Amino acid sequence: MADKGPSVLDDVLLQPYWDAATKGKLLLKHCTACGKNHYYPRPICPHCFSDKTEWLETKGEGTIYSWSVERRANPPYSIAYVTLPEGVTILSSIVDCDLNKLAIGQKVKLGFTEHDGKPAPVFRPA
Amino acid sequence: MTIKGKAYIAGIYEHPTRKADGISLARIHAEVAKGALEDAGLSHKDVDGYFVAGDSPGLGPLNMAEYLGLKPKHIDSTDTGGSSYQIHAAHAAEAIALGKCKVALVTLAGKPRTGGGQPGGGRRPVDPPDYPFEAPYKGTVLNLYAMCAQRHMHEFGTTSEQLAWIKVAASTHAQHNPHAMLRDVVTVEEVVNSPVVADPLHRLDCCVISDGGGAFVMVAPEIAKSLKRPLVRVIGTGEAIKHVNGGQVDLTYSGARASGPIAFAEAGVKPSDIKYASIYDSFTITVLMQIEDLGFCEKGKGGAFVSDGNLIAGTGKLPFNTDGGGLCNNHPGNRGGMTKILEAVRQLRGEAHPAVQVKNCDLALAHGTGGSLGTRHGSGTIIMERA
Repeated sequence: MADKGPSVLDDVLLQPYWDAATKGKLLLKHCTACGKNHYYPRPICPHCFSDKTEWLETKGEGTIYSWSVERRANPPYSIAYVTLPEGVTILSSIVDCDLNKLAIGQKVKLGFTEHDGKPAPVFRPA
Repeated sequence: MTIKGKAYIAGIYEHPTRKADGISLARIHAEVAKGALEDAGLSHKDVDGYFVAGDSPGLGPLNMAEYLGLKPKHIDSTDTGGSSYQIHAAHAAEAIALGKCKVALVTLAGKPRTGGGQPGGGRRPVDPPDYPFEAPYKGTVLNLYAMCAQRHMHEFGTTSEQLAWIKVAASTHAQHNPHAMLRDVVTVEEVVNSPVVADPLHRLDCCVISDGGGAFVMVAPEIAKSLKRPLVRVIGTGEAIKHVNGGQVDLTYSGARASGPIAFAEAGVKPSDIKYASIYDSFTITVLMQIEDLGFCEKGKGGAFVSDGNLIAGTGKLPFNTDGGGLCNNHPGNRGGMTKILEAVRQLRGEAHPAVQVKNCDLALAHGTGGSLGTRHGSGTIIMERA
């Protein structure tokens, strides 16, 4: 963004997510009222609307739920939904791999890349 | 209370342009408004309800109402992308049923090919809350829909050849439409041999990108009956939003699973009663999933259902998108819901091209999906009958 002023997306309650990501850790939100996890993280649980949500560190493992490769891009890149053992499926990308060998059900592990100066979780073949 | 028979579509117009060089977005809105009102036999002074989505240049309906010289007493600028027009049809019918307005005008215009004020084309002034968590992965309309196809193939054994049949049917219809961008009839082999653009979708699994627009006029029953056009009335509507639900992702179904049953229940008809269906066709997979979700076949059996020409008028059980649809005709402003309604009205009036006109077409459905099938989208289902 050309404008580097405060973003409407900035929220102090999300700062622990970004701090953890900077250290290579991916956090989800866990709701102590309904017991469910959610992602992307929100202060109020989208499943039960309780504000009793807390951070949960993921194991950094996942399984490809679905994927595609944008072939017209130069270079082509992957996009994927990855299901985590913590019970959520997140939008991400599979990197450092042969894009012709991606498959649903493939085991992947967490890594990080950078986007707009912020850490972004991605996955590599396990 | 039901919407059944409380509002009629009295006028329709589809802009003939597919590449609007030198034509402003506002002028396209005005030309389609004029066309639809003239088709109905009404004047713009009769309009007391105005509906326009995010393709309107300006703040909601304000600037376009001024440009068109309208003084509406009922307005709605709900925006769910390409399905906005199904939602507007539903809301217009509701407003008319409640007496809030009697002549509702709904317009669409878009210029994705020639540029010049394509709203929603760039970054929005306020980014959505999912943005920091999704933007890094460069999701496009194409690759997000492709992930739905990938998962559908994995769970149900759907094949590229089955998806290709949807394009074959659309192209078979488009050959009769002189305005269609792609008029050559294609084969399954040509579709699956076209380049893969986002696995598993091929170039010919995609819709066209076109400029253009369309409009319809919905009116109260007493007004419809005073006009000289065939009587087409709304009998059921349904709407829904489907999203990724906090990470509980299931890409195998669309919002049609929710909006369809609401519309069918209100209309008091079932999927097998429908004579003609306009089904949103941004991609072949979009059609396949909506056909399943609307109940035209069992979930997972869409591939078999669409094969062997079953969507082709005259031979198939479910004639669809007889104008060539978004896959071959046009997709004005990347918003295909309007043209879905227009072709359904033509079919009910008996005004479709004779080569694709469904015999005794007295019950039709027009369904839209707007946004992204792979993340969040709005679904709208409209069921109409010839009175």
